[in-house]
Formats: sequence, C-alpha cells, structure tokens
Amino acid sequence: MDFLRPASWEEALAAKAEHPTAVPIAGGTDVMVEINFDHRRPEYLLDLTRVGDLYEWEVGEDSVRLGASVPYTRIMENLRAELPGLALASHTVASPQIRNRGGVGGNLGTASPAGDAHPALLAAGAEVEAESVRGSRRIPIDAFYTGVKRNALAADELIRAVHINKADGPQQFSKVGTRNAMVIAVCAFGLALHPGTRTVRTGIGSAAPTPVRATVAEEFLGAALDEGGFWDSGRIIPPSVARQFAELCSAACNPIDDVRGTAGYRRHAVGVMARRTLMWTWESYRGTDRATEGAA
Amino acid sequence: MRVNFTVNGRPQEADDVWEGESLLYVLRERLGLPGSKNACEQGECGSCTVRLDGVPVCSCLVAAGQVEGREVVTVEGLAEYAQQRSRGTGACGTSLDEARWWSAQGTDSGTGEGTELAPVQQAFIDAGAVQCGFCTPGLLVAADEMLERNPNPTDADIREALSGNLCRCTGYEKIMDAVRLAAARQGEAV
Repeated sequence: MDFLRPASWEEALAAKAEHPTAVPIAGGTDVMVEINFDHRRPEYLLDLTRVGDLYEWEVGEDSVRLGASVPYTRIMENLRAELPGLALASHTVASPQIRNRGGVGGNLGTASPAGDAHPALLAAGAEVEAESVRGSRRIPIDAFYTGVKRNALAADELIRAVHINKADGPQQFSKVGTRNAMVIAVCAFGLALHPGTRTVRTGIGSAAPTPVRATVAEEFLGAALDEGGFWDSGRIIPPSVARQFAELCSAACNPIDDVRGTAGYRRHAVGVMARRTLMWTWESYRGTDRATEGAA
Repeated sequence: MRVNFTVNGRPQEADDVWEGESLLYVLRERLGLPGSKNACEQGECGSCTVRLDGVPVCSCLVAAGQVEGREVVTVEGLAEYAQQRSRGTGACGTSLDEARWWSAQGTDSGTGEGTELAPVQQAFIDAGAVQCGFCTPGLLVAADEMLERNPNPTDADIREALSGNLCRCTGYEKIMDAVRLAAARQGEAV
C-alpha cells in the first residue's frame, strides 16, 4: 500500500490521474473501517486532509458551495439557516467524534443508500462538482447515484464541492433507527418546500438500491397545493392529501429485508415520515406566512 | 513510512508504520500509550477517543499518515492538558527544562499513578463512574472537551457530547453524575 499526500488540489488530481485505483480518504469514517476489518486493501490511499480548500464553504446568492470535506459539525454550526435540511441530517450522523471528521464528499463518494446527507441533498436540489486533470463538471444530484454504492464519478475524478440550493422554504429531515446516536438509518426521509416555484421535493434514504426522490408524490402534492390555493391561503392540508402523499412516497420505495428492518416496515415508515415531515414543514410555512401578513 | 507528530505536547516519531495503520495502533503499539482503548475499530464505541488538533475524534478511524505534523492529546496527557488550560497559558506541552528534569517516578504511563488528575478524572472517581474502566479513557477525553466548550452543560448537552461513547457496565447514570460534578467544581473554581 502507498500513502499519497498531495499538498494541493492540483497535486491531488494529478495523483488520481496517475493512480485511478487510489482510494480517496478524508474523514476516514468509511475507508478506515474497511481497512481495519480487512475488507479492503487499496493499492493507494489518497489523503485529502492537506487540501485546505476542501474544508471551506461559500454562501452565494442562490446556493452554497460546500467543500467536500467540511465536517458535519461545521454544517450544523454554520449553515443551519441556508441548508436546514442538511443541517438536520448532519446532526443525525453517528456521534460527535464522527461528525468532527466526516463530510458530505465522503457520503457521496461512498454513495451508500443509507448515507444521511443524500435525502437532504435530493430534497434541496444540488450539483456535485467533480474534477479531474481533464476538467471540471457539475453532476446533478438526481444523476449522481447510479447503483448500490456506485456513483457517476469517472475513475480519475475527485469530488471537490457540492453546490446546494439555499432553502427558499421550510425543510425537514427524519430518520428511523433503534436510538438517536450511532445509527445507520433503517430508512430516512427529507422534504423541502419550495414556495418560490410552488414545488415540493423529497429524498428517500435506505429504502431503495440508491437514494431516490418520490417524484410522483412530489407532483401530486405540488398539484394539490397549487389547485387548492394552499400556497396563498396557508390553510391546513386536508388529511386525505397528506395520506395520499404518504402512500405515494411509500410506493416510491424499492426496499429489501435486511438486518436493520424488513422491506414492509421500511415502506410503512417512509410513509409515516413523509406525512410527519409534511405537517412539520407546512406548519412552519403557515407560521411564517401568517407572521408576514400580521406585520403588513 | 515514518510519521512525525506531537503527542501530549511532546514530538514523537513512529517508524515502519504500515500505510493502512490507524492512529490508535500507532499510539498503543508503537508509542507505548495504551490509554486509548481498542474495542470496535469502526468508530462505534468511542473508547479510542483522542483530540486531534483539539477536536475529539476516534483514533481508530484516523490513518496514521494523516497525523503527520499534527497535535494529538490522549488520556495520558489529559491531566497536564487540563492543568495548562486552567493556568491559561494556552500552550500545550512541556518546556525543555521540565522535559529534561522529568523522570519516571515509580509510575507507568498505563496507570498514571501518583500524578495529579484532571478535574474530570477526579470527578469520575468520586462519583463512582468507573467500573471495568475500559470505556473510561474515551469518556474522559470527550467529557473534558465538552466542559472546555460548555462550562454549564444541561443533561441533554452531556448526553449528546457522550453519545459516541459506549459503556456496558454503568448504565451511564454515574457517568452523568461525574460530569455534572466536574462542571459544578469547575464553576466553583472560577
């Protein structure tokens, strides 16, 4: 095994081009487990912790450019207003020790369906900034996950940053596990209201071979809210609409039975989380809406 | 490969380190610092918690090569670290003179016997928070860091800060007592 220690992003890209089998390591919270348990013996480890750029973020007009290695702890502390869904999801990652090391770049690189960041990224809308010596490209998050623990990266590419749309409405994240800390999601759900475009986006984790959106449910809810004039009136969503949204979210799942839960349970739980997160976000949308009306 | 880094204020050099080796292995097997415990090797239990550039991390998930040039504090250095913090010197480590005069005084680095304890260590003893002791080093490092950041923690703060540390003996109640005690004493001392 060789340990490559690039001091800059350019050096890292050159190293990855020269050794496409090199395994990038930053927080190490996935890679080191595999090495400790002898599940993986990569020829090269490509240490990215010396590339300072990867630990920075920039808040832009419409989106946040989040460096691939920004630890979850920093996201929770600094980006709660801009990225509420991702901040909530970050808070459910493992433990303080893990959140101090792990970041979204690693979650994307591993591309496990259980990665906690994915539902929040899918719901908010995001693009992955991937780069190689050949050039840089932006991969839409919907096209990023290609299979179980597989993603759209080429062998010589590294993840530099994620561009995540800033919240234009309430967002929520929910996760099912046996306890609060140190839990791999049995299943997870992210929801973002986008009042600007009068749309709703979702993200489902651990209930299909890849993280997925419930697009049929999104379209149903978007149309129901629009046609009923709910965005303007801020009225309570009728239980029948919430129920159908939940059912369509369950139907978007393609889960398996495994040690953490059965397929049937996952489908059911995703429906419950969909209904709850819809209620939470809608309550907060109505709250802000009414506050503005009252002040005006 | 060779790795140079600072442990508990002292420069250390580890040789013949395998590239896939963890910081935990280097500390325990190469530097003779067995305080950080090896249990799960997957970041689940927190018994290997150390501070890396001040931040609590699971040393089993840090590749040895990643600590080149960085500063690590282990449970063995916790008393000294806490002492320097309370003195407000801000510097971590031992002066050259202190280092020259240092000698092993009938103790070993494994027990730390005969040395003054960090307040959080004393609180763990006084509250009876130690049973088999295997999780204790990780809990001490995590608890000490939380008290540094948050001098008046609520119970929820304590539970969250220690949520990455498993204990199979105590049921955590005595550990909660110990951290509350350390926080209270810290408050009195100010």
